[in-house]
Amino acid sequence: MPTGLLGLNPWLDGVVRLLLIVGLMTVVAMGLIYIERKVLGRFHARIGPQRTGPFGLLQSVADALKLIGKEDLRPRNADPWTFEFGPYMVFIPIFLGFVVQPFMAGFQVRVLELGLLYFVAVSSVSIVGWVMAGWGSDNRYAMIGGMRAAAQAISYELPFVLSLLAVSMLTGTLNINEIVMSQAGVPNIVWQPLAFIIFFIAALAELNRPPFDIPVGESEVVGGPFVEYSGIRWSMFFLGEYASLFIMSILISALFLGGYEWPFGTQLGVGFQLLLTVVKASVLIFLIIWVRASVPRLRIDQLMGYAWKILLPLSLAQILINGFVLVYDLPKIVLTVAGIGGVFALVWLTERAIRRPRSARASAIALSEAAS
Amino acid sequence: MVIESAHEFETQDLLLNVGPQHPSTHGVFRMVMQVDGEVVRDIIPYIGYLHRGAEKLCETMDYRQGIGFMDRTEYLAAMNAELSYVMAVEALAELEVPDRAQWIRMILVELNRLSSHLMFMGAFGIDVGVFGTPFIYAWREREAIIDLFEEISGDRMMYAYLRPGGLAWDVPTNFVARCRETLTAVRQGIADFDGLLTKNEIFVARTQGIGFISAADAIDFGMSGPSIRASGVPLDVRREEPYLKYNDVKWDVITHTDGDVYARYLCRLGEMRESVKIVEQCLDRLEPGAIMPEKMPRMLRTPPGEVYIRTEAPRGEFGVYLVSKGGNRPYRLKVRSACLSNLQALKHMSVGQYVADAIIVLGSIDIVLSEVDR
Repeated sequence: MPTGLLGLNPWLDGVVRLLLIVGLMTVVAMGLIYIERKVLGRFHARIGPQRTGPFGLLQSVADALKLIGKEDLRPRNADPWTFEFGPYMVFIPIFLGFVVQPFMAGFQVRVLELGLLYFVAVSSVSIVGWVMAGWGSDNRYAMIGGMRAAAQAISYELPFVLSLLAVSMLTGTLNINEIVMSQAGVPNIVWQPLAFIIFFIAALAELNRPPFDIPVGESEVVGGPFVEYSGIRWSMFFLGEYASLFIMSILISALFLGGYEWPFGTQLGVGFQLLLTVVKASVLIFLIIWVRASVPRLRIDQLMGYAWKILLPLSLAQILINGFVLVYDLPKIVLTVAGIGGVFALVWLTERAIRRPRSARASAIALSEAAS
Repeated sequence: MVIESAHEFETQDLLLNVGPQHPSTHGVFRMVMQVDGEVVRDIIPYIGYLHRGAEKLCETMDYRQGIGFMDRTEYLAAMNAELSYVMAVEALAELEVPDRAQWIRMILVELNRLSSHLMFMGAFGIDVGVFGTPFIYAWREREAIIDLFEEISGDRMMYAYLRPGGLAWDVPTNFVARCRETLTAVRQGIADFDGLLTKNEIFVARTQGIGFISAADAIDFGMSGPSIRASGVPLDVRREEPYLKYNDVKWDVITHTDGDVYARYLCRLGEMRESVKIVEQCLDRLEPGAIMPEKMPRMLRTPPGEVYIRTEAPRGEFGVYLVSKGGNRPYRLKVRSACLSNLQALKHMSVGQYVADAIIVLGSIDIVLSEVDR
């Protein structure tokens, strides 16, 4: 039994940690909503929230209060259990993922030996909630959205996990804390650029962020699984979305960017470590918002094809290369060179795959003839 | 379990009701899609949610009062709609429009074409799935044009500025300078769009080869405007039957041969550039003068007769068929809506493709529901 925080008894300690997670995550998610609206506003050539509080800082609070005050509707034909528990099934696994996130050396909710495995396991549970919400709503948009979410999660889980595996091969551990500490000299992104990019893309898909926001595609399925939700239950999806955005950026920064370590010295104070983590995560969050502001949505077949035909083989290749380097004890620079080559291959393949062949017109004619 | 026949694997298609309240139907259009998983098998369109009986109402009103209904018929390109109507009335009443009024009309309809195409770009960006960015880019430039229109006519959407015979009143003195300012902004806006969407890998992947319609089919459906020019048919009323001063300025009819959604997008982008060119030439040649014929009757009466006048609106051929039996009001007014004809091809273009594609095909036709339903 690990010693409790502040020497409390284990049960009380558990409760304190739980409250810490929920409280912190809620605040962080609300902050992120504000940041996203503000940053997105700038990308859109507008100002963003500014009326509620100084610089619109209280916008999220106002939104939260409004959402709590709204009526919690349930369609008459909805399946009560799946409908009502869908949001929790999305929400809880995301918060569980918070347990292993490293912010500072030795400060985590729990340091788990199999932290990465734990994270992958809990984070993939939330898709059950999406499907529950989609199925339980008795709405066809919601159902299509739920099915899309399931298809997408299953496809992108693979490159996601495989690129995690590449990192853990390199560091020889599944403990996230140890992975971070092993990057005190050089962050992993230098050795694993390809895995980083694949992981980033797969993370976008896991988060259902554009260009992979197919399950919630506003212009097609009108919010997908959330279409029938209102009030506090809807806000849980929203909170979950931003909580997972935060968790994912912390994780990426821990695995690839060195988390709370940096290349210039190891004896860092707690505050500085926290600052490093937050800065790295913020850069990633900004990047994710930037992507949202500039790219259109992929189509479902393009999305699946991209995962299975490009990301998966390349992440397998990355593992293969890592294996060679580790087994034959090659110098680590080989990894960098191979990784950069892999990135070029990724770009080239993406370019090739995404541009339709010249026969696009012919295939379109064939399609319309088949239909008529 | 023993599988006895192939029927055990058969699944039912899902009927998906899209609209009339749906973010991507551009108004109150409704279509029922029969979807097999993600693939559209059939589309049943329903129109008429915005039917107001505008044509019939016009018959009860004075010719000048009908202008307001034309604004509301095609609210995104009200100047173009007004133009068709007043030209029809002028043809019946045999009015000569002074040169200055013609040049100003031409500037206004081309500016309105720009604002309408900008609207298309923004809405299409949302259909394709960019969150808001193109939409607000589009609105920024559209705002400049609408501000200009407001200064001229006093209204931001329902201008009622063109009158049978000429214009309601002359443009403000700083009109030319304001126009050039607006054009600078619009030119920058077009460049922004070009940078944001045209070469975007995902945008190209989403739009190329989607919603194909051949030139022959497009003609059969009676399509017009950018939607048919994207299929390689150089049909443009401004070139076929030049009205106003379109023969006196240099411009090109933009056509593409691919006939897909991407081609329709490119066509509109090219047309915006052409419109800028046209407006610039018009501004150079604008001279002081009268804006109404000298002998304008106080009460406009037309001799009996009938006339069909068509002009090139942003969405295609906007025609007005006017029958007069004498007197000061039309006996019958019929609007030939480009959107309605273009919309017929929706099913042809989107069946067999994905749900997401059907949405962008609908977006690429660029319908205005009040024009479809009238």
